[in-house]
Amino acid sequence: MHTRLPVPSDAEISALIAPHLALEGPLLPILHDIQARFGHVPDRAQPLIAEALNISKAEVHGVVSFYHDFREVPAGRHVVKICRAEACQAMGGAALAEQTLARLGIGWHGTTANGAVTVEPVYCLGLCACAPAAMVDDKVVGRVDAARMDALLREVGA
Amino acid sequence: MKDFIIPDRDFGTPAARAKEMVTLSIDGFDVTVPAGTSVMRAAAEAGIQVPKLCATDSLEAFGSCRLCVVEIEGRRGTPASCTTPVTPGMVVHTQSDTVRKIRRGVMELYISDHPLDCLTCSANGDCELQDMAGAVGLRDVRYEAQKTHFRPRNTSGEANPQYIPKDTSNPYFTYDPAKCIVCSRCVRACEEVQGTFALTIEGRGFDSRVSFGAKTDTALESDCVSCGACVQACPTATLQEKSVIELGTPQKSVITTCAYCGVGCSFKAELNGDQLVRMVPYKHGKANRGHSCVKGRFAYGYATHRDRILKPMIRDRIDQPWQEVSWDEALRFAADRMRGLQEKYGRRSIGVITSSRCTNEETYLVQKLARGVFRNNNTDTCARVCHSPTGYGLGQTFGTSAGTQDFDSVEHTDVVIVIGANPTDGHPVFASRLKKRLRAGAKLIVIDPRRIDLVKSAHIKAAHHLPLRPGTNVAVVSALAHVIVTEGLMDEAFIRERCDWDEFQDYAAFISDPRHSPEATELLTGVPAADLRAAARLFATGGNGAIYYGLGVTEHSQGSTTVIGIANLAMLTGNVGRPGVGVNPLRGQNNVQGSCDMGSFPHELPGYRHVKGDEARAVFEAAWGVTIDPEPGLRIPNMLDAAVEGTFKGLYCQGEDILQSDPDTKHVAAGLAAMECVIVHDLFLNETANYAHVFLPGSTFLEKDGTFTNAERRINRVRRVMAPRNGYADWEVTQMLARAMGADWHYTHPSQIMDEIALTTPSFAGVNYEVLEEKGSVQWPCNEANPDGTPLMHVDGFVRGKGRFIVTEYVATEERAGPRFPLLLTTGRILSQYNVGAQTRRTANVVWHDQDVLEIHPHDAEVRGVKEGDFVRLASRSGETTLRAKLTDRVSPGVVYTTFHHPDTQANVITTDFSDWATNCPEYKVTAVQVSPSNGPSDWQEDYSAQAEMSRRILPAAE
Repeated sequence: MHTRLPVPSDAEISALIAPHLALEGPLLPILHDIQARFGHVPDRAQPLIAEALNISKAEVHGVVSFYHDFREVPAGRHVVKICRAEACQAMGGAALAEQTLARLGIGWHGTTANGAVTVEPVYCLGLCACAPAAMVDDKVVGRVDAARMDALLREVGA
Repeated sequence: MKDFIIPDRDFGTPAARAKEMVTLSIDGFDVTVPAGTSVMRAAAEAGIQVPKLCATDSLEAFGSCRLCVVEIEGRRGTPASCTTPVTPGMVVHTQSDTVRKIRRGVMELYISDHPLDCLTCSANGDCELQDMAGAVGLRDVRYEAQKTHFRPRNTSGEANPQYIPKDTSNPYFTYDPAKCIVCSRCVRACEEVQGTFALTIEGRGFDSRVSFGAKTDTALESDCVSCGACVQACPTATLQEKSVIELGTPQKSVITTCAYCGVGCSFKAELNGDQLVRMVPYKHGKANRGHSCVKGRFAYGYATHRDRILKPMIRDRIDQPWQEVSWDEALRFAADRMRGLQEKYGRRSIGVITSSRCTNEETYLVQKLARGVFRNNNTDTCARVCHSPTGYGLGQTFGTSAGTQDFDSVEHTDVVIVIGANPTDGHPVFASRLKKRLRAGAKLIVIDPRRIDLVKSAHIKAAHHLPLRPGTNVAVVSALAHVIVTEGLMDEAFIRERCDWDEFQDYAAFISDPRHSPEATELLTGVPAADLRAAARLFATGGNGAIYYGLGVTEHSQGSTTVIGIANLAMLTGNVGRPGVGVNPLRGQNNVQGSCDMGSFPHELPGYRHVKGDEARAVFEAAWGVTIDPEPGLRIPNMLDAAVEGTFKGLYCQGEDILQSDPDTKHVAAGLAAMECVIVHDLFLNETANYAHVFLPGSTFLEKDGTFTNAERRINRVRRVMAPRNGYADWEVTQMLARAMGADWHYTHPSQIMDEIALTTPSFAGVNYEVLEEKGSVQWPCNEANPDGTPLMHVDGFVRGKGRFIVTEYVATEERAGPRFPLLLTTGRILSQYNVGAQTRRTANVVWHDQDVLEIHPHDAEVRGVKEGDFVRLASRSGETTLRAKLTDRVSPGVVYTTFHHPDTQANVITTDFSDWATNCPEYKVTAVQVSPSNGPSDWQEDYSAQAEMSRRILPAAE
């Protein structure tokens, strides 16, 4: 797996935790900040968060694992999400996804060998009228067919 | 887990506390229940069981399984009965075509992802999923699951990524994710009941799984403390006792009382025939309310351990091997020797030590043996070395030698002071109840040299931790009182009404002296003055204030003074005589309270009546038909001193290992070695038995009838579950010894002994086995005035009349750190082990704690060149030993800490002979020591283990 960032130190993680301690419900804001900074929630962060919030490591694990967007390892430089919900499936989304994964030679949640792209499933982007839909980093794209997907992937360097 | 007997029926949700009652109709029956009750519980109270999976009455309703849906007239849809509170006039239908169909559909989905291996499943016959499938009439499962959690491989032989193999890491139970229905009962039990938060649901949707700890943790590596609450809550075979997997589902149950700590949890011993299958906490136990800890729930294997000695043994001299003999021969030998010693050295040359682990009846008999058969008062008990200052201190101030509350009282507490106690390790079930209250908002003040788990753990944080230097309890407690008095925070109305006002005036003048101020004592105690002031203000003004304390208070040269200081604090703030307040000693052993009550002390007859008192003596003289010596006898340390001097020659020691548990091991060993007849009555060849001439095999709590009295004065029944493996219950052995010495005792059942206790002891006057059978348990005093017992003491006035303030002058212990011994050692307990470890070391509990370690602050370690895990030499002026070091900032610099569960560590070689001024309770908690790197065991440890091995040789009985 590609770890472009050095392993974060306890001090770096703690510095991200500290500003949120006065909040009511600080856990999610902390996790967001950590993911924003490191691209994932490092294993080491969980006990530190548990300690700082006075909750158990099991509880932190429960929350982190509940949200698919919190990553255990950093993603590639770009993330392509392909919708797998009903409307997109009806418009050929499943085939599109299969082709895309096959082309990149990875499975769901996988990252290409050059570290450029991670492909993830998503369940509805709210673009059902333009199915099948996908999202490249923060940009949603409608009516994705094989050609458009190719273009998108080229653009992100896969 | 399914319940086996009707009174344990599961009502689905906890009882509501409201006084207001609500009437509703359920399936045509009118039901009246307290407001706030769930529809499910209301139905259950009317005898109507609504099918359920995620609900159980030990946990708050959760509403996840959707099996308990009902129809309520005038409401849309089908609400879950567990989360719907009753309203007046509500009309509920629990059985209708609609809900039946829904339930069957829900069940179908559950079963589609559950293996159908019921016949070979370890929960067969004890599975709520199975029961509910029956109750909803599941006849067919229409869904062919493509993806499951339970098939290791799919039909084409590929590994199923959703399959997680069984986790067998915990020695006592397994976690089998394949059987899990993700009802979250285990997760909620860990949070709500135990308060450890070791479990969670990881993932979401179909990926949701129960998980111990963090992602990669096993059950054993997680925060799990193995209390068994999750196993208890699990409706399926997912969390299952290994003993049930091995032995099968139990078929009968006997309600009894745990023989470990002073909480005195009620358990159901579940059996097949006389084979104990498991111990399950009893829901109606008033001390534990259905909760348990790893010791009581699982660590009973010592009862059948191969080390247990089942045949009596004798030997002439302690350097000889043991000779197995018949009971008759052993008792004859013992009786002749003891009588011979009395003839040769005088009536007072022999004595007894009663056990705080045996029943009240057994303890009563042993002291009766001393007083009625030996005809002296040489009786003492292991409570001498733990809670004797409690007896003295509370007796002097309040008038009774016991805690003031029941454990339920903690539910009404607003501010708790825990001083010199570590409840999460020593009294885990009480700790769970305390933590529940703390999570609900009560404040906590911890006074302890160590940062115990209560100071900070998941969802628990002490408002103040006062990390005092060992030995300065009195200074700290006095400083708290100083702040309360000088800042005018005391409850004057209470003091004027309930206490002696003149004595209070003297006390107030004394305590107001600036030398007691936190600022003046800060240098001495190491407690920051500002913190101490804040803590005092919180306790005085925070509402119901309760004080819980343990051996960290009593086992000091000023133990009694601290107990008095604590009583003063409670009186000052008006915190006596109602729920949620009080002074509560946490007793170390199961029957410390009882052994004290039963007259084990050399100066007190049963019921704390002085042996010099003619009236009290007359009661027993009439009952026993003997003359009782009016002179108080010898305390344990006096017995040992007298033995070394050559005037004390014979000892009958029941269920206590004084060599390991008493201070200054070398002195104890010398005393025992000087005696001519030491009779040890125990389960195992304990350390004391190395110096014994007669060994009488003991019986476990599973093998006898009797009663234990716990820390809240609750007299709980101990019931015989199986026949004594050694042949006789301990009370029978004592009786046989008494008879061999000429006594005319004819008890055929412990209930007769209790009747004799009731006849002679006013506070037990109303206690007998019928009452205990009927009420489950009673708290003494139980007599004509209080036929139902007394949950709260001193409600309308102190037992002694007016509460008495006594001045508490701090006198530093002689044991202080100096150039040779610059560190202070304090000792304590760990969750998985108990006392000298004779029982718990012989169970799988050793996976958590296989040796005693020395906790030392990293600074102190660094300057001594000690690293984590190093062997270190621990030396005091008494002796030295070696053990491994653990570097931690739980202890302050200058303080080191260890446990005394393992005999090869011999922590008590280190402790000194200083003791409490009033009661001789040894000063275990403060010893000046030095720590240095070491290569291995000390000379004493090597000599000792060689001697122990020699003295444990057993020759088989001659045929």
